[in-house]
Amino acid sequence: MALTFFRGIKTCPLIHFPSAYFARKNGYFYCSMGSTNTQFATQEKQQSADLKTSQKTHKKSADKLLKDYEAVIGIETHVQLHTLTKAFCSCPYSYGAQPNTSICPVCMGLPGALPVLNSKVIEYAVKVGLALNCKLSLNSKFDRKQYFYPDLPKGYQISQFDVPIASGGCIDVDLPVEFGGGHRKFGITRVHMEEDAGKLLHTGNGNYSQVDLNRAGVPLLEIVSEPDMRTGIEAAEYAAELQRLVRYLGVSNGNMQEGSLRCDVNISIRPTGQQEFGTKVEIKNLNSFSSVSRAIDFEISRQVLLHSQGQADQIVQETRLWEEGAQKTITMRKKEGLSDYRYFPEPDLPGVALTEEYVDSIRDSLPELPETKRRRYEKMGLSMQDVLFLTNDLNVAEFFDATIGKGADIKLAANWIMGDIAAYMKNEKLSINEIKLTPQELGDLIASIKGGTISGKIGKEILFELVAKGGTVQGLIKDKDLVQIVDLSEIEKMVDKVLADNPEQLEKYRGGKTRLQGYFAGQVMKESKGKANPKLLNQILLEKLNAKG
Amino acid sequence: MLSLAQNPRLLRLQNLHQIPLKCLHTSPIPTPTPSPSPSKPTSQILKIRKSLLSRETTAVEIAKTFLDRLRRTEPHLKSFLYISPADAVLKQAEEIDRRIQNNEEVGPLAGVLVGVKDNICTSDMPSTAGSKILENYRPPYDATAVKKLRENGAIIVGKTNLDEFGMGSTTEASAYQVTANPWDLSRVPGGSSGGSAAAVSARQCVVSLGSDTGGSVRQPASFCGVVGLKPTYGRVSRYGLVAYASSLDVIGCLGSSVADTGIVLQAVSGHDKFDATSSKQGIPDFASQFIPSDYLDSKPLNGLRVGVIRETLEDGVDPDVISSLQGAASHLEDLGCTISEVSFPSFSVGLPAYYILASSESSSNLARYDGVRYGNQIFADELSSLYGHSRAGGFGTEVKLRILMGTYALSAGYYDAYYKRAQQVRTLVQKSFKAALEENDVLISPAAPSVAYRIGEKKNDPLAMYAGDIMTVNVNLAGLPALVLPCGFVEGGSSSLPVGFQMIGSAFDEEKLLKIGHIFEQTLQGCCFVPPLVANDF
Repeated sequence: MALTFFRGIKTCPLIHFPSAYFARKNGYFYCSMGSTNTQFATQEKQQSADLKTSQKTHKKSADKLLKDYEAVIGIETHVQLHTLTKAFCSCPYSYGAQPNTSICPVCMGLPGALPVLNSKVIEYAVKVGLALNCKLSLNSKFDRKQYFYPDLPKGYQISQFDVPIASGGCIDVDLPVEFGGGHRKFGITRVHMEEDAGKLLHTGNGNYSQVDLNRAGVPLLEIVSEPDMRTGIEAAEYAAELQRLVRYLGVSNGNMQEGSLRCDVNISIRPTGQQEFGTKVEIKNLNSFSSVSRAIDFEISRQVLLHSQGQADQIVQETRLWEEGAQKTITMRKKEGLSDYRYFPEPDLPGVALTEEYVDSIRDSLPELPETKRRRYEKMGLSMQDVLFLTNDLNVAEFFDATIGKGADIKLAANWIMGDIAAYMKNEKLSINEIKLTPQELGDLIASIKGGTISGKIGKEILFELVAKGGTVQGLIKDKDLVQIVDLSEIEKMVDKVLADNPEQLEKYRGGKTRLQGYFAGQVMKESKGKANPKLLNQILLEKLNAKG
Repeated sequence: MLSLAQNPRLLRLQNLHQIPLKCLHTSPIPTPTPSPSPSKPTSQILKIRKSLLSRETTAVEIAKTFLDRLRRTEPHLKSFLYISPADAVLKQAEEIDRRIQNNEEVGPLAGVLVGVKDNICTSDMPSTAGSKILENYRPPYDATAVKKLRENGAIIVGKTNLDEFGMGSTTEASAYQVTANPWDLSRVPGGSSGGSAAAVSARQCVVSLGSDTGGSVRQPASFCGVVGLKPTYGRVSRYGLVAYASSLDVIGCLGSSVADTGIVLQAVSGHDKFDATSSKQGIPDFASQFIPSDYLDSKPLNGLRVGVIRETLEDGVDPDVISSLQGAASHLEDLGCTISEVSFPSFSVGLPAYYILASSESSSNLARYDGVRYGNQIFADELSSLYGHSRAGGFGTEVKLRILMGTYALSAGYYDAYYKRAQQVRTLVQKSFKAALEENDVLISPAAPSVAYRIGEKKNDPLAMYAGDIMTVNVNLAGLPALVLPCGFVEGGSSSLPVGFQMIGSAFDEEKLLKIGHIFEQTLQGCCFVPPLVANDF
């Protein structure tokens, strides 16, 4: 669609996008990323060799060492807002589209093109600001952050500098039980709106790069935390909570693999008890929560080791890259002083003025947030493990809420969802919205078991039918004639039949091998096609087994 | 470059053209005469419309006349960077004729040939902004103003020369050519819309679009003896205007009569969903102000309060320019206005504030010319060299100078002392104007401290060149509308040179400026603002 704009630009059918982009030497835009990389890689080799030797000698005492230090961790998160169109133009954005197919004069930074703010960006930013308990700036503005890079078409990024839309908030996190649990509250310094840059695609041989501007101009929220985290787990959980939050709010898909949620970690260490901060190192390329946690743990060890060996001066302010394969961080670029972005107010966009009424209307429309939900589930008597499981995914939580809304027993509903349903979803790689089971039917199923209409075992069978094919509990019970047998005489008949068919076993039982009761129970259950009420079955069976003994 | 000495024919033309040194006179307004003087500016647009609709002539005929004159004068003037192929122009004219023939409706600008400053994007013509870095660059879209012109029936005849990215006051800073002033080919047409002003002055086109960041429409209008209208900031969409200083830039109109600029403004005004800074303010019917002089009473401007800005008549302003302004003031007085002097203490600080703000914004706006996506790229092995060489080779001296100044002013540690302080001055200027315009309907001042400079005169003295913008920059800082119209002649070496004065109005009150301007020009006696170069045509 955006391509229709390019009447004036000669397009090359072979590469599928306007060649004006790449119509450079031999049709490509060259730059020397390759050589720079090599340089750093060599540096890194040396450094890691040093570390390896020291790591060996100090391995035993590492744990002890760590206790003497405290890590200070802050996270900058970029959340891609999934608005229908980009922040300042009407191009749609879809991850994975053909390069340069969703671009226009505005997001390409053509001469004369001007940005016009998508009002959804404000709405989403206000939502996130409120959800993070921030103070909102009723009058904020956009600024230009200026630097040169081929993925930045205008030579500046439209961002917010001194007056972010939201600031001074906090976020509540419940740590997973398996990591010791506990509740934490982390400060949020600020939330601001900005635009994403494009992407550079480097070729295999590394001697030229191509620019894809599909992502340029996609709205982002940058969320900056206070340096309140102390461990990798805390940091990972903070990021996970942000992901839940944006998903609950419906402002982003929060997908880390697609880059919809990107975390840059700032980390420094200091001897326990010391007030001033140590030298801060930034870690990038964290594509999952576990890499956040592992990268931090690695970095803490690295820094503690250097510090304890009197090499604290080797901890320098730099950006390091997490290497998933090697499970370590490596130097990406050392900072030569502070970059000067020459921020100044964006003259192409009027200031952003919010009214109290607007903010109130958004506040009123906020959904129940993860923290509130957790506290509510906790009050309902669920264990923290259950609470964390159910609230982790909004759809699961909603399914659970709907199920208990139908009057289902809370604990049983939780168990069914977390047990068989979750297992099925995992096996089939489906989300809870994709399975055929409805909360109504799960509620019915639970009620049918509790009321004794069907046995738990039959319940399970029906469940698999329901999740895979749909239908109703009542319908399935009727179709398959699955109603539990509670008629004493009918059970008695079946017991009699089994005892009559197994004279040898009966002999043995009566001879003292009482363990055989289970065998008989199984046979009777089989006879009843699983429908016999187990309690009544066992009661009658025991009576009959022991009758003539 | 063409000089007078090399062109005896032009010299002869100028000598033949006898113009009174000062055509302003303070006698009472003459009553309308049955046959108006031939020198009185008339709306070319209305004339064209009338002659087309009455079938008196055809759009093709009109286009041919202009194209012919364009062909004749362009070698001397070099006001265009690109001229539409004649067949493309004539094809559009034929279409208009066909519509008229079929009694179909045609737009108010049907058959009007318009020159468009080359920093305004046109999809069917290159748009270089006068810079090498955009050499042969063709935008994939029309600027909103151009789109509106076309929708109104206008024919874009070409792209006019300018100082690179609008940075300059003489059009000498164009990367391609130096445009000459039609009144004196050894002089500059002013700038940065020098090409647009020269083209209208020499009647190479009917009207033209320019852009005005610090006086770039008004000063060349004064230098070339045409009418220049700088609308209120936000009145005309900037979408498609290659940005110089976004908070100051505005697209303006140049014409040979006030009515023409008003009619063009009418066509290009209005809110644009592609420009967040364009205003939703309603657009009045400007044409209703253009009452034929025959219907004016003796004091048509009775009761209007006109303030003369005292600080614009001080040291550094050419005495002839001052007396022209005084002449204009007394003419306004004759028309019924009350004239008073207004003091504007922050006037002189506006100039440095303007240069800081404009340079700062331009340093940012020009960052996109990095050779990566479009424009000239100078290949290099390394990314920073690619940027460096492409920009070093693509930008001219003046542009580099301003990028450096702006980068400096925005740098950490200097921001407060420069950019922030300049913004404070800007607020001060806005307040001063507001106060002065509460006391007065309009303010008047010279359009420039002097008449057109000689080519090369100020080229090596940027500060002197910047000082020439003192009359106009404050208006941009305040975002107000201003109209420059010719009011007389000043002796300038071999010939007389036109001089204009500036009228400044309240925000979105272009209507009042056009009304006063129209009556002023219709009642001004004895002045003919057709330059000698083309005088024989009229």
